[in-house]
Amino acid sequence: MSGHNHPHQNPLYGLVAEFETPGQLVAAARRTREAGFKKFDAYTPYPIHELDGAMDLHDNRVSVFTFIGGLLGCIGGFGLCSWVAAVALPLNIAGRPMISVPMYIPITFECTILLGGLTAAISMIIMNGLPAPYHPLFNVERFAGAARSKFFLCIETDDPKFNHAETVGFLESLGAEEIAEVPR
Amino acid sequence: MAQPVELPDTIHVGPVIDEGHSLASVSDKVGGIVLKRKITIGWVFGLLLAFMVLQNLAIGATWLIIKGVGVWGINIPNGWGFAIVNFVWWIGIGHAGTLISAILLLLNQSWRNAINRFAEAMTLFAVMCAGMFPVLHTGRPWLAYWMFPYPNTMDLWPQFRSPLLWDVFAVSTYFTISAVFWFVGLLPDLATLRDTAKTKFTQMTYGALAMGWRNSARHWQRYEKASLLLAGLATPLVVSVHTVVSFDFAVSIIPGWHTTIFPPYFVAGAIYSGFAMVLTLMIPVRKFYGLDDIITLRHLNNMAKVTLATALIVAYGYTMEAFFGYFSADTYEKFMIWNRMVGPYWPFYWTLILCNIITPQFLWSKKIRTSPGILWCISIVVNIGMWLERFVIVITSLHRDFLPSSWGMYWPTIWDWAVYTGTLGFFMVMIFLFVRVLPMITIFELRMLLPGAQVKEPVAQ
Repeated sequence: MSGHNHPHQNPLYGLVAEFETPGQLVAAARRTREAGFKKFDAYTPYPIHELDGAMDLHDNRVSVFTFIGGLLGCIGGFGLCSWVAAVALPLNIAGRPMISVPMYIPITFECTILLGGLTAAISMIIMNGLPAPYHPLFNVERFAGAARSKFFLCIETDDPKFNHAETVGFLESLGAEEIAEVPR
Repeated sequence: MAQPVELPDTIHVGPVIDEGHSLASVSDKVGGIVLKRKITIGWVFGLLLAFMVLQNLAIGATWLIIKGVGVWGINIPNGWGFAIVNFVWWIGIGHAGTLISAILLLLNQSWRNAINRFAEAMTLFAVMCAGMFPVLHTGRPWLAYWMFPYPNTMDLWPQFRSPLLWDVFAVSTYFTISAVFWFVGLLPDLATLRDTAKTKFTQMTYGALAMGWRNSARHWQRYEKASLLLAGLATPLVVSVHTVVSFDFAVSIIPGWHTTIFPPYFVAGAIYSGFAMVLTLMIPVRKFYGLDDIITLRHLNNMAKVTLATALIVAYGYTMEAFFGYFSADTYEKFMIWNRMVGPYWPFYWTLILCNIITPQFLWSKKIRTSPGILWCISIVVNIGMWLERFVIVITSLHRDFLPSSWGMYWPTIWDWAVYTGTLGFFMVMIFLFVRVLPMITIFELRMLLPGAQVKEPVAQ
């Protein structure tokens, strides 16, 4: 899969370094950020919360979208019950008010959860850029270890600070076990 | 989130995960069950047996659709019968899965990591079984979509003041959110299977399902946020679902149903039966798949404790029901509880007390809590007891209500049993297929439990 080469694009996606322990990776990620790199990412077999601090990750948009989704579900659920019962099909049920608030709470609640939950999952998937069946990193054979037991750090060529020789030297200074080129 | 919490081992029965496991070994062990393990005779035999029992559902439902709901034992006054008994029983079983995956996640109980995937799968299959009953009970299942609000040529809309419609929304939301939560939890494990699979077909299948997950830290950060939010939303959801189910009863004016204790007592009963079912399924799976180093005695011990705690809440519920009957000074309420204890269905009531209150008292003993065989037997008894509880609630209230002239008896017919056993077959078929095609333990969360998983940053040079 090397058909993505544009004239001015670097044929490399980046350089990926492999680490043995999560501690080494977190330290490496912190130093990479401190060295001024912007376009880099760590790859780990399980979520490591220390990386959020080390890489300065604080994307809170999933929470915001979930709140909006839940709010829309809440308004929509109550609106649906009220509109149906008061406008579309008004029925006098034992003299209760057309908008019988307590009786509409269960459906309002369920709609809040439904839309909130769906928004949480879908916004996470979309903001992570998934589904993405192809990614340059999958060209690196050892990278499958990220889904098993190994820890990786990839500095991308799109980063303004990227310089092939210097970046290799930098990754070596971080104590990487193995450094590989990532073809696009 | 699920950071392993260091607790002194003396207060527990053994570790959450046995020593000697590494990041690679847990991945290979759990993934290997799907990718490497040969299909065994036992699995084929079990699947075929379950598939045979599933045919009861096909036959029972077909006959029901041809002839109408009259083939069941329901009548007037017993309009609900097996359909609602089994609906409530199945949906209750599902609740343990959500409790384990959502509530225990919020409570930081890391031991849940080994059992949540399996319990969530059980939830999904149990809710599927539950959903069939009200739909078949309508007698015209092909018109079940009438329960949803949509503009139609009849110019009719559902009645939102009815608890039965609340149920439609509660159960469908519950199924959807459980499925979404389960799939989100599966994503990283599907990526693991994709990357360790050897054949093109498995790589493509798991690859497509994993949607290109690549374990990026930037992804994990959003992923953890979304998981936490889903857990936070699923927690009130699971409580609401059985509350709404109990409203089906409590909002009516039938003696024995019209009580405010129903919502909490139903939720506790649901978790009780759900944990019993998790034990029923996990103890054999743990044995046949050699997972006793991952699903350790500590897990069984903890699950048995939850079972005991909920048993006590349920016991309180039964006591209060009897007390309310007496204390209400209402003729019909007093008669209802009296009829329940000494009326024609008395053996059901007292068997239920034996199964649900007396039997779980054995779980006070640590020795019993850590003996898989005995624990399995107790879990079966509890499953039966919780089914009887729903039978007693539905039938003893309905069959003798206000007017003696309208009293009647309810006995299930062979078609009631066919549909009920058929859903048991369906449930088991799904479980058998699940353990072979998806990792039954959440691999990435298991990795977080390992001692080597904690971050110890080397001192900067």
